[in-house]
Amino acid sequence: MIPDFYKVSLVRQETHDTFTLELEGQDGQPPMSFEPGQFNMLYVFGVGEVPISISSGPGRKMPLTHTTREVGTVTKAMRKLKRGDVLGVRGPFGSHWPVEHAGNGDVIIVAGGIGLAPLRPALYELLSRRNHYGRIVLLYGTRSPDDILYLDELKHWRSQFDLEIHVTVDRAVGSWRGNVGLVTSLIPKAPFDPTGAMALVCGPEVMMRFTVQELRRRGVSPSRIYVSMERNMKCGMGFCGHCQHGPHFVCKDGPVFQFDEIEELFGKREI
Amino acid sequence: MKHEETGLKNHPFLAGADPALIKAMAAHAKPVRMEEGAVIYREGAESAEFYLIEQGRVALEVHTPSRGPMVIETLESGDLLGWSWAVPPFRKSFDARALEPTRAIAFDATAIRNLMEQNPALGYELLKRVIVVMAQRLQSTRIRLLDIFKSP
Repeated sequence: MIPDFYKVSLVRQETHDTFTLELEGQDGQPPMSFEPGQFNMLYVFGVGEVPISISSGPGRKMPLTHTTREVGTVTKAMRKLKRGDVLGVRGPFGSHWPVEHAGNGDVIIVAGGIGLAPLRPALYELLSRRNHYGRIVLLYGTRSPDDILYLDELKHWRSQFDLEIHVTVDRAVGSWRGNVGLVTSLIPKAPFDPTGAMALVCGPEVMMRFTVQELRRRGVSPSRIYVSMERNMKCGMGFCGHCQHGPHFVCKDGPVFQFDEIEELFGKREI
Repeated sequence: MKHEETGLKNHPFLAGADPALIKAMAAHAKPVRMEEGAVIYREGAESAEFYLIEQGRVALEVHTPSRGPMVIETLESGDLLGWSWAVPPFRKSFDARALEPTRAIAFDATAIRNLMEQNPALGYELLKRVIVVMAQRLQSTRIRLLDIFKSP
């Protein structure tokens, strides 16, 4: 699969180690059609290609957006890109957050750290059809107040009163007056009805393990819990095997999995 | 029914508890209110009281000479504030400060310990609930020690 060329229209520093790239297609290129939770392979020419989740809203009149952490050779090179620079994009790939099956129950979104980025399109999608759902609750945990992603957007959503947002940080000093504690500690008291509720979870695997435990303790069915897995994705089409996770290829069958379908593999040390 | 007894019956910490335990605890309970910013107790102080928070939010803090107060955890409505009253030498491990106007039920810790000694069945039921809180906080602390959100 040959990459399409996209032009960088904006690079925005989100936190000290995360940034957002907004991309626009070449002249005449139709906007990319994607589902929330899918990812693209972004290619910095001469450096390499990495999988990065799409963090803009599907079907919205907003640029194709990816938020990532500056962590390896490719993302470090990506951070240095400027408006007008061109990169290669293959995608979209993978499964998606099945918000279309949320019914009219409550939707609980649990995000940890940079895990909020792949969940952002799901939030846009849910909010675009807000009256189709029950309560929408976002529980977001991160390292410190300085690591909170999309801070202005969170404030905006909170002011709309149609989305319940609870943020917690692992550590805080100074003027932070919000919650301090693990994101899982928000689950027992979060305002949702577990009957028929759907939960979308994304973050480090350790965090997801304990989050699923708390959601189940609260009464959310494992068949209604969805997790986004992260593995070393290369081809994006299930050919190369780099991202194999038991019988699944995370790039093709995932990254979003229904929890009860991968429960036996979840946390298995050999995988 | 005493006001505190009603509050205890409705508090998540004692959900489904033996009515005898609730009645016995209510005899050593009193409602308290803390203003925003009020210091509820200090590290090292005698653990004379513990609390069930009904409304509001409380920060557990540790004071460091170079960085000032550091919040290690926040507690809110539905939480147990304090468990050092159950563990010798019955001294507070951290500072506690109300982050917002807070309403709680305070217990006379010595009286509750005596109750537990005199009535081991009720004592065990109460201890089982305290242990769950201790285990949750220990697990939360351990996971946070992993610093899972840090850049690799």
